[in-house]
Amino acid sequence: MKFIDEFRNRELVRDIARRLAAIAGGPATIMEVCGTHTMAAARFGLKTLLPPGVELISGPGCPVCVTASPDLDAFLALGERPGAILTTFGDMLRVPGSGGSLESRRAQGADVRVVYSPLDAVELARQTPEATVVFFGVGFETTMPATAMAIRQAAAYDLGNFAVLCVHKTMPAALKALLASGELRVSGLLCPGHVTTIIGAEAYDFIPRDFGLPCAVTGFEPVDMMLGIEALLRQLKDGTARVDNVYTRAVQVQANPRARELLEDVFAASDSEWRGLGVIPGSGAAIREKYARFDARARFPEIWEQLAPTPPSACRCGEVLRGVLRPVQCPLFAKACSPAQPHGPCMVSGEGACAAAYRYEKAD
Amino acid sequence: MCLAIPMRLVKIDGFTAVAEVDGVSRQVRLDLLPEAAVGDYVLIHAGLAIARVDAEHAEETLSLLRSLADEVY
Amino acid sequence: MKRILLRHGAGGREMAALIQEVFLARYGAPGFVGDDSAILGFGAQQLAFTTDSFVVDPLFFPGGDIGRLAVAGTVNDLLTAAARPLFLAASFILEEGLELEVLAAIVESMRLTAQECSVAIVTGDTKVVPRGSADKLFITTAGVGRILRPGVSGAAAVPGDKIILTGSVGDHGTAVMLAREKLLGGEGIASDAAPLTEVVLRLLEEGCEVHVMRDPTRGGIAAALNEIARQSQVSVEIEEALVPVRPGVAAACEALGLDVFQVANEGKMLIFVAPEDAARALALVKESRYGRMARLIGEVGSGPPGRVTVRTVIGTARLLDPPSGDLLPRIC
Repeated sequence: MKFIDEFRNRELVRDIARRLAAIAGGPATIMEVCGTHTMAAARFGLKTLLPPGVELISGPGCPVCVTASPDLDAFLALGERPGAILTTFGDMLRVPGSGGSLESRRAQGADVRVVYSPLDAVELARQTPEATVVFFGVGFETTMPATAMAIRQAAAYDLGNFAVLCVHKTMPAALKALLASGELRVSGLLCPGHVTTIIGAEAYDFIPRDFGLPCAVTGFEPVDMMLGIEALLRQLKDGTARVDNVYTRAVQVQANPRARELLEDVFAASDSEWRGLGVIPGSGAAIREKYARFDARARFPEIWEQLAPTPPSACRCGEVLRGVLRPVQCPLFAKACSPAQPHGPCMVSGEGACAAAYRYEKAD
Repeated sequence: MCLAIPMRLVKIDGFTAVAEVDGVSRQVRLDLLPEAAVGDYVLIHAGLAIARVDAEHAEETLSLLRSLADEVY
Repeated sequence: MKRILLRHGAGGREMAALIQEVFLARYGAPGFVGDDSAILGFGAQQLAFTTDSFVVDPLFFPGGDIGRLAVAGTVNDLLTAAARPLFLAASFILEEGLELEVLAAIVESMRLTAQECSVAIVTGDTKVVPRGSADKLFITTAGVGRILRPGVSGAAAVPGDKIILTGSVGDHGTAVMLAREKLLGGEGIASDAAPLTEVVLRLLEEGCEVHVMRDPTRGGIAAALNEIARQSQVSVEIEEALVPVRPGVAAACEALGLDVFQVANEGKMLIFVAPEDAARALALVKESRYGRMARLIGEVGSGPPGRVTVRTVIGTARLLDPPSGDLLPRIC
């Protein structure tokens, strides 16, 4: 595949690995702020290529992992209304809320459908006027434009039977909160390449400026990730901190202006609850008043009133997401908690740090 | 947090396009990339083209890497 | 877990647990080793006996249909026991309202597939259920074959064995998912459903020392290799770069976030063969109609028993765990 195979070249990866060994100067903990990076690192066994003392840990960039349980419970509750069709990305299907998952609700008769794009959910609503189609708006800035487009499309069709439960979250606000909490023990950040195609590399300027942390905007193929790690190790060696863009074929310094317009039109920044991290101010997206008829929160407020309070759990995903606990250090890991019986999102999501650790590294 | 694969634009009709790679195709929206042209490679995520893949930058990165391979450490 | 979920039928861990806890605990099949066919003594002969159900949606997909799947799948299960497939039974559950010409087309497809691999469909049954009680059509088959060589089983792999994969992976599952979910267009992506009689019988006739044969259906080669590693208590190592994948299938799996090693195949065989016979066996497979893209993809190593390791395209090693749950498209 074009622009994929070249960046999975064995020799190029090995060369970078050799250079890493030459420039690494002591222990370094690099946080990959993106679940897709976690998956890619595991899929290609990248940790085995790192110099001794250089470690990769997972951050909060897994939208499935950080979707709060009450939000999932609300979505499940919406599925119980007569005529409801719940539409979702496949990633969310097996995430447990406090009383089941989309998968188990489907077994009990709920109409749950996996879609590739929220635009497909809009088409479904158009084709089934007798049903109410609700879409679960999960994801970061990479995905928000698609949801925004879907809402605008629904408005253009003047649909009365389409709504979005918007639980989108934004990266920079979450990073700021994480860094300001003082609980992170990292030497540098691998920033998520595809989110950055939307928000621009300059969105991370505050990180080296205010927190002195090296950053590298990184793509997802093995060569890309190794380049990102190399850029961070170089910054550490030179004692500098800046935002390096090593995904130049896709990422620019500025945000995509059309994306910015689109997001501004449909969403307003809101507070958002992140599983394991609590409420982070300004880190979520709420659908604006003018599109209220497509906002599940505005159309079905009674759902939230009916929700039972979330019971406490032994799950420690929050600490894993903040990089203060490794999956193998969690007492539940691979015992009470496994992909077949997940306690929290980090084990459910294919990209969750715990699932990745379990699947690829457990026996090591 | 984002699976997006490079696909080539084969047909454009306003803001709707067909993108293709190795026989796999999908109708996609180009609202974020109005200047994209047929033949461009774009990253597709959730039915939307989110960025152009710049072949020159890609080649630059690869060439640089290949030349660095010749250096001795 | 109080209810059956779709993942109980997905060929992964949950299904294995269900079989163990619900079925085996009660049936207590003597000598059950987890192979696809039962081996039965019948006078001086040994017979392989197997059964399977086919519930695929949609009924027709690029490369095949539920009828071809039913015959090929049952024949392949018998072949994994090194049996010559002889007779099939086919039972149909038909949903009220199903068009007759749909049923006729499927039955004709079964006839052609059976003819292709010289098996006879000798008996069957038909039931009609009310509209809504079945998804158009379900087929259940049973198959009987004569064991040509005893001892070929998932428990028979030994260190040093080489692993042949008879062709590309991911074709069937990808084709069916795209045909059903319409997430992407997949030109050139088609099911590989095919009976592998020619491939297997030649190996046996030519006296190749075959230890294990397994058709990697639901759960893909990830499920099949893990099953064999567990049954035989050996370590399996494969090279990712040597596993054939058609470009369109690879692209579709990348786009949807699917691991192609977990995607179902319906016209492929994994063959574990003694190392001294590996080259000869590979050559024989490649001469067969459905084995042209065959490769040696790995071997049974000396690592911890039950473990399956993949050497990635960039040369690093990672574990290949058995799949868990249905294959789901991802955006993250």
